[in-house]
Amino acid sequence: MRMAELAMGVVMGVFSLYLMWKSTELPIGWIPGEGPGGGAWSFWLSTGMLLCCIAIVIRWAKRMTPQSRSTEVYMDSRGLKLFLLNAGALTAMIGLFHIIGAYGAIPAFLIFYLRFMGGHSWRLTGTFAAVTPVVTFLFFEIALQKTLPKGFTDPWFEPIFAFFY
Amino acid sequence: MDILPLLLNGFAIAFEPLNLALIIGGCAIGLFIGAMPGLGSVNGVAILLPMTFLVPPTGAIIFLGAIYYGAMYGGAISSIMLGIPGASTAVATTFDGRPMAIKGEADKALIAAATASFVGGSVGVVLFTLFAPPLADVALTFGAPEIFALMLMAFATFIGLGTDDIPKTIFSIFIGLVFGAVGLDIISGEPRLIFGDIPGFYHGINFLVLAIGIYGIGEMLWTIEISKGNAMMSKATISVPRILNTLVELTRTWRTMLMGSFLGYFVGILPAAGATPGSLMAYGVAKTFAKDPETYGKGNIKGVVAPEAANNAASTGAMLPMLTLGIPGSPTTAILLGGMVIWGLEPGPMVFTDHPDFVWGFIASLYVANLFALLINIAFIPAFIAVLKMPFTILAPIIFVLCIVGGFVPTLDMHDVWLMLIFGIVGYFMRKLDYPMAPAVLAIVLGPLAEPALRQSLLISGGSFAIFFTRPYAGVIMAIAIALFVLPLIKIALDKYRRPKDG
Amino acid sequence: MKKVKISGRVGLLGLAIGLLTGLSVATVPGDAGAWEPKKPVEFIIMAGKGGGADKAVRYMQNIIAKHKLSSKPFTPINKPGGTGAEALIYVKGAKDPDHTIMFTLNSFYTTPLRQPKIKVDISKFTPIGRMAEDTFLLWVHKDSGITNVKQFVKAAKAKGNAWIMAGTGKNSEDNLLTDFLNKAYGLNMKYVPYKGGGRVAKELAGKNANSTVNNPSEQLGFYQAGKTVPIAAFTPARLPLFADAPTFKELGKDFVYFMQRTVVGAPGMSKEAATYYRQLFAQIYGSDEWQGYMTKKSLQGGFITGDILMRYWLREKAVHKVMLQKMGALK
Repeated sequence: MRMAELAMGVVMGVFSLYLMWKSTELPIGWIPGEGPGGGAWSFWLSTGMLLCCIAIVIRWAKRMTPQSRSTEVYMDSRGLKLFLLNAGALTAMIGLFHIIGAYGAIPAFLIFYLRFMGGHSWRLTGTFAAVTPVVTFLFFEIALQKTLPKGFTDPWFEPIFAFFY
Repeated sequence: MDILPLLLNGFAIAFEPLNLALIIGGCAIGLFIGAMPGLGSVNGVAILLPMTFLVPPTGAIIFLGAIYYGAMYGGAISSIMLGIPGASTAVATTFDGRPMAIKGEADKALIAAATASFVGGSVGVVLFTLFAPPLADVALTFGAPEIFALMLMAFATFIGLGTDDIPKTIFSIFIGLVFGAVGLDIISGEPRLIFGDIPGFYHGINFLVLAIGIYGIGEMLWTIEISKGNAMMSKATISVPRILNTLVELTRTWRTMLMGSFLGYFVGILPAAGATPGSLMAYGVAKTFAKDPETYGKGNIKGVVAPEAANNAASTGAMLPMLTLGIPGSPTTAILLGGMVIWGLEPGPMVFTDHPDFVWGFIASLYVANLFALLINIAFIPAFIAVLKMPFTILAPIIFVLCIVGGFVPTLDMHDVWLMLIFGIVGYFMRKLDYPMAPAVLAIVLGPLAEPALRQSLLISGGSFAIFFTRPYAGVIMAIAIALFVLPLIKIALDKYRRPKDG
Repeated sequence: MKKVKISGRVGLLGLAIGLLTGLSVATVPGDAGAWEPKKPVEFIIMAGKGGGADKAVRYMQNIIAKHKLSSKPFTPINKPGGTGAEALIYVKGAKDPDHTIMFTLNSFYTTPLRQPKIKVDISKFTPIGRMAEDTFLLWVHKDSGITNVKQFVKAAKAKGNAWIMAGTGKNSEDNLLTDFLNKAYGLNMKYVPYKGGGRVAKELAGKNANSTVNNPSEQLGFYQAGKTVPIAAFTPARLPLFADAPTFKELGKDFVYFMQRTVVGAPGMSKEAATYYRQLFAQIYGSDEWQGYMTKKSLQGGFITGDILMRYWLREKAVHKVMLQKMGALK
């Protein structure tokens, strides 16, 4: 936990520096008669972020926060495994949106999660994997007319749209 | 005043069978749309707009008004049950609504939210009926300096929302403000903070992307970890005696409800402000003046009541500048305004005299819609509770799917979904280190309102800050804002003085 | 200053063509071989929700739905980011150009000029149809007592740069017009940008600004309520709705400026699809609803399409380039 606190402070400090640098694309100073320039708001706030990060690191060094005194592990192996599984599955699902589209990615994610992580029966898994995309399609595409990404499955939906309209 | 006969006539219109059916249908649809993370009243109203040409204009605006109301009620549902604010107006509801649900008091929180919404909506619509024209004139004179002063007041009310770790809280506020600045700088007309020249950043970082990322994905990952992957969402129950008990308890919060309603309404009528600052201020004020401020954020029922009363009162308030001035007070009213144009009505100062049936039918329907939204909401609470009882390994993937789809739909851009995932994962790591996340989410909403207002004011004054103090409304609001900033500091100083720091 | 003149002279010709194509499509509905959309059509808007462009698109969407002009719905998508840069990039790279159209403003010319980074060449886009040209007027608050340009110039001169002109963003159409006024009359008005024309109109009505150059649709409500008045028009002839406001031409300054309201197809759209959309929007243009909308919003201009529209774009682009260079917005 102690190392994580320091690492987060440093990473966010570096990120603040990046934001400050990025803000300088527009004037960050005071334009006489007009007020602050276009980059001033984000530049000075990023500077504030940097100062906060410095304060976080100082407080870490002085062991002023509970996190900086904690000897607990930031992530035990079980927590790490759970995190990697969940975040990995999510990342894979979003990635699949681009390739096989929402209606391929959603069932795939549900099957993985329900069957292999949740240990539910194939019957329950199958029901959810089949019903969720259908409901999503009816609700978003037909009722709300919001088109979800379909990847290469796009042409397959033409007859379905022809049926509904 | 000749308001009464007009209003009665309005009720006659609202109770016509078609209009009544539209109100009930609109409330139910709105409730569901509002309850989905990612979909709020804006989406509901925008999406159903083309369907309204089937009915006469009065029926159409009644329908959309009912959706608006239903969605405002519904927004509280995902805030309380999932901890994911479905819209920026419902952020403040998560602060105490979510802890209540975790304690097994989801039913209580939902009833409190519905009742407070009803009170807020009712106060709003009564004020609307009585004082529409004079308030419209006040709203009109609100320029950039007043809006900036108001935003400062909103910030002042939520300094107390963070944890004890002050650098982390300030960091969170600032990062939210900086993310809110991404996109286009309207004053100089230049794009800014377009990270890596990715076109998706041109539209800025949408509030929902950060909110769903942090509350949806980040919090879910966190919940999964601390519960070792097999938790129930909450131990929720509902029964008639529990409902009655809750209602009795709610009668003791009448002061908070009325405070939230009035505050929300007056902030809501100001153009460009909308319901979000109103609900935040109501929460902040409730906490600041509470006898037990330390219980806020841990499941205090008043922490649900105040913002919910305020956001519904504010959404009614936001219709005032729309109807009387033709200026939207919120994104949703902007769409309603577009609708009125489609139906051939010109919103603006003349609409009250030119189309009295339309205006008064609409106002009366708000009274009716408010009541039906309450009834429908309460009727569905058992169903929502049943959802909460599903095993977590079923609920979690469904919520993830909802988050992803909900993050995609508002802009139809996969860029936002990826950004949401990044925010979720980073948010999860920061959450583990006790970085408060709520200030960032609120700052990303208020920042884009505050910054242009500040710079427009300075542009008008030629760079002089005096403009914030020499104008009557701005001066008064500014004074209150400064007092709100200083008050907690004095309190802290006094506390420290009284009991010297230990360790 | 040099004379700048932009007008929809080709409008009449375009209208005739539009009506003809409109008629021809009406006679052959459901032609077996004719192309029609196979899925919902994405209708991108270069501006935010609730603005003039957004309202117009939702109005057209309504006309399509009401008269069942298309078998598939048209779904409006707002992409206001970067003054339309985001919309242009999106439509340029549309995965399915046959189902992607966009509603544009003058930022269609100015944004690619001002942001060469986005690498958008408007001559690659498919011209569908210009639905209207929006007009601009010079507005002041009624309580100011100003009723003509002479008084306006006198009052603005007296206040120097404390005279506030509210507009819709730096280097926008409003900014171009403000620059013109400043130069033509030797003024030093201060331009303060706000988000959206409705907000600008409100700032004038609430006396937080001294003047604006709003479109009629944005000021109409306040005008009818007697809060604001137009004192001159940036049109070739007086507008029927505001017959008391002379044109700048009458006042000896030959300056005319319009805002296009045009439907654009994605680059690479098939011929069949382009024909379909051209006929569809010609039909919408000819509908009673659209004509009524144009009258009420004081919109002008005929329906133009195809090569004529493309030539119109290129000419407008050249004109805007000169204007932007003059005001120093182009490096």
